[in-house]
Amino acid sequence: MSWALLRDLLSGVNKYSTGIGRIWVAVVFMFRLLVYVAAAENIWKHERDEFECNIKQPGCENVCFDHFFPVSHIRLWALQLIIVSTPSLLVVFYVAYRENREKHHNQKLYKNPGKTDGGLLCTYLISLILKTGLEIFFLVLFYKLYNGFKIPRLVKCDIKPCPNTVDCYISKPTEKMIFLYFLVATSCLCIVLNLSELSYLIFKYSIKCYLKRHAKKQQ
Amino acid sequence: MDWGALHTILGGVNKHSTSIGKIWLTVLFIFRIMILVVAAERVWGDEQDDFVCNTLQPGCRNVCYDHFFPISHIRLWALQLIFVSTPALLVAMHVAYRRHEKKRQFRKGDQKCEFKDIEEIRKQRFRIEGSLWWTYTSSIFFRLVFEAVFMYAFYFMYDGFRMPRLMKCNAWPCPNTVDCFVSRPTEKTVFTIFMIAVSSICILLNVAELCYLLTKFFLRRSKKAGNSKQQPNHENKEETKQNEMNELISDSCQNTVIGFTS
Repeated sequence: MSWALLRDLLSGVNKYSTGIGRIWVAVVFMFRLLVYVAAAENIWKHERDEFECNIKQPGCENVCFDHFFPVSHIRLWALQLIIVSTPSLLVVFYVAYRENREKHHNQKLYKNPGKTDGGLLCTYLISLILKTGLEIFFLVLFYKLYNGFKIPRLVKCDIKPCPNTVDCYISKPTEKMIFLYFLVATSCLCIVLNLSELSYLIFKYSIKCYLKRHAKKQQ
Repeated sequence: MDWGALHTILGGVNKHSTSIGKIWLTVLFIFRIMILVVAAERVWGDEQDDFVCNTLQPGCRNVCYDHFFPISHIRLWALQLIFVSTPALLVAMHVAYRRHEKKRQFRKGDQKCEFKDIEEIRKQRFRIEGSLWWTYTSSIFFRLVFEAVFMYAFYFMYDGFRMPRLMKCNAWPCPNTVDCFVSRPTEKTVFTIFMIAVSSICILLNVAELCYLLTKFFLRRSKKAGNSKQQPNHENKEETKQNEMNELISDSCQNTVIGFTS
């Protein structure tokens, strides 16, 4: 089980996507998944070992690290990637449902089970809304958990068993911050792509509906 | 998703590239990505663990390391390789779009469509002309820009391409100016110079490809202009047929230069 599964999943959804949807998949693959696997993972690899407090009191470092990093950035990043890609599954499930239904009834119920119309369009729009919502949720979560997107070099900690306020030093804060900003930038780009795709689809199908009605009225 | 998947994606673009483009792709994968994954990552693997400062003050080492290496060489190279590979996706998307249009034409039963079945459309190699020429040329231009930006960023951040053995650090909480020692500085310098050299070769290849495409474009234009001025229609058709044949011959020669399968 690895990122290859996510990659195959998203490539499968690509078939039913619009052009903007395909650009979204490319951005997720190249600028989020590949950057995560090839670069970001290694920065946070030894974060606990390299977290150092100016004290010899046993347990103090553990407690302080846990206080400042309830969930590590890198794990949150991985969760974000997985959860944000999951709404695309709705589309795959719906197409499979349509094909299953056709098989079950042994007749052609839909002109083309994979064509974006009616039910599939609604599913696709819902998946877009969910994707956007989840992206925004994770960005807000990052912001709230870590008081912004900055990673300080030094944090002051006075939780028991630390005898007083001790200085604790985070490893590679600048590098982590650069990649965090990169994550935020790519998330925002994905939000913009999702919103444009949503507006494009709504606009396209409203025009189609309007033209159909207009043609009926004329008849 | 890893470098192997990137190889699969870019390998698909290779079919529609010029021969210089194919050489560029080979250099990218063998001399940059493979070296990064197989060798360079090991050299930089223990970088903070073995970064040693001549002090027992807790936190001093962390802070000095962060001061001298705001972003590690290895991460900068990984980012450079990702950014430099991305413009090729533009070409891949354009080709996919053209294929999609041809498939649509074929399905509609269009008389103009010259293909007998969908497999032929899937396997077809598009010539670099028209809008694909513009996409391809822009992708090379962006590649050049990204390469140059990253090389400059490297030079600017690390004051050159040499890795010193010793760095003097007096950032707080270090009590005074302490000596900090980098692990494997010579090996790191060697790999840095190697990667910079290969980047420069890639820049040269991109410039050559750009010049080649521009020359081809202007030659084609001047031939068309010359033809339309001088000769009547039926002779035009003969000339253009001959030109097309010549181009097909030269293009098929390009295909045999490097056996890069998609």
